[in-house]
Amino acid sequence: MRIPCPFCGPRDAAEFSYLGDASVRRPDSSVPGDGLDAAMQVYVYIRDNPAGPLKEYWYHGAGCHSWLVVDRDTRTHEITGAAEAHSGAVS
Amino acid sequence: MRYSLLSLLANAVSGHKAWKPQWRDAAPQSAYDVVIVGGGGHGLATAYYLAKEHGITNVAVLEKGWIGGGNVGRNTTIIRSNYLLHGNIPLYELSMQLWEKLEQDLNYNAMISQRGVLNLFHSDGQRDAYARRGNAMRIHGVDAELLDREGVRKLYPFLNFDAARFPIQGGLLQRRGGTARHDAVAWGYARGASDRGVDIVQNCEVTGFTIADGRVTGVRTSRGEIRARKVAIAVAGSSSRVAAMASFRLPIESHVLQAFVSEGLKPIIPGVITFGAGHFYISQSDKGGLVFGGDIDGYNSYAQRGNLPCVEDVCEGGMALMPAIGRARVLRSWAGLVDMSMDGSPIIDRAPVDGLFVNAGWCYGGFKATPGSGFVFAHLIARDAPHPAATRFRLDRFRTGNIIDEKGQGAQPNLH
Repeated sequence: MRIPCPFCGPRDAAEFSYLGDASVRRPDSSVPGDGLDAAMQVYVYIRDNPAGPLKEYWYHGAGCHSWLVVDRDTRTHEITGAAEAHSGAVS
Repeated sequence: MRYSLLSLLANAVSGHKAWKPQWRDAAPQSAYDVVIVGGGGHGLATAYYLAKEHGITNVAVLEKGWIGGGNVGRNTTIIRSNYLLHGNIPLYELSMQLWEKLEQDLNYNAMISQRGVLNLFHSDGQRDAYARRGNAMRIHGVDAELLDREGVRKLYPFLNFDAARFPIQGGLLQRRGGTARHDAVAWGYARGASDRGVDIVQNCEVTGFTIADGRVTGVRTSRGEIRARKVAIAVAGSSSRVAAMASFRLPIESHVLQAFVSEGLKPIIPGVITFGAGHFYISQSDKGGLVFGGDIDGYNSYAQRGNLPCVEDVCEGGMALMPAIGRARVLRSWAGLVDMSMDGSPIIDRAPVDGLFVNAGWCYGGFKATPGSGFVFAHLIARDAPHPAATRFRLDRFRTGNIIDEKGQGAQPNLH
């Protein structure tokens, strides 16, 4: 797999570290409530684990040290895009 | 037909033309007491023990592909019970004891070979960790021996003992561990279950569940709807997809694990060896091929094939451990899908839907657990209560905090 790093160009996936599904969102723990524990448990442990397109975090440790959100198909390993993780790539 | 020396001789003199298929390739009926989704090792073992231990024979095993075509035929055939944590050891040891009498039980040659599994250590810290693991095993009645450097040298003189970075300091040996022929395990369980009345239905993909008032009433399949009083899911690798059909989510990511086999060589490696400074394990098949593997690729995948960086990593581990194999050519490599659970341990529990049971999250250690997993899952399905050896593999442990994290890695599935 080659990941099209927006800063370094297409690079071998071996240069990157994988974190996983980029769609999970940490609950706002500044607002305590009955549902917070359950929401935290879902955030930490539960995943959709789709067979198909997935937005996921990769870290370019052997390159520009950027966190990226990569669009990849888990059935074929085809990568269709990569963007900087801070740029609102995941909505 | 019961296999024996006599049946072998009788068939030999008649030109081996009278052998019958080993199990019935059944067509699905409209209703069963229990439907098992997934005809892999665990599903077949579950069906076998449902019939044998609990007398429940009105059972169907539904397999999307063919028997032996999934993970049960893709692993590296190692069996062992060298676990550390209290939640894990009883299950894997139960499994080990079932392995030891499996061939007599099934009347089937699964080529079980207790040739010993040796985990090498390369530092003082690792020695302490393995000493602790060995002690935990012995407290639970499992065999374990801590070998020093000379002890390892006696077994495997050809290892790279004085590697500059990772000199071998010793190893933890489980002599009862070893290998089994994985296809024969699937076939043997299929035959045993089929003989007891279980329908094994191949090329039958489950496409959904029928659920009424929060209770499962059957499954929809590519070969029509099948009613069932209880439904059991044993589809490790694709558990999340099947769970999604019943509208629940799992603490699991699907990953890809590669395995390799070299050309056939004369006997060189009598047992199973694992490298402690990287992730590499190797044994030699009875045909002579070196069977080896290492880490998972590390990213979510349903592709059943991996990538080259992982191949390189595995081969580097092999070369660091035993440079003697460097000139052996790799004959084949392949990959299987594994359920990487969030704590590295399996889930054997009731699903959030009444009458639905789930057996998932085996990470890359499912094969060795096949008999034990089937045994305790059958118990759970038949009695609606967990087997004493599998009380901790609960789905809600991730909420209650009772996780079983053998590696101490945290909720990062690709690192377990």
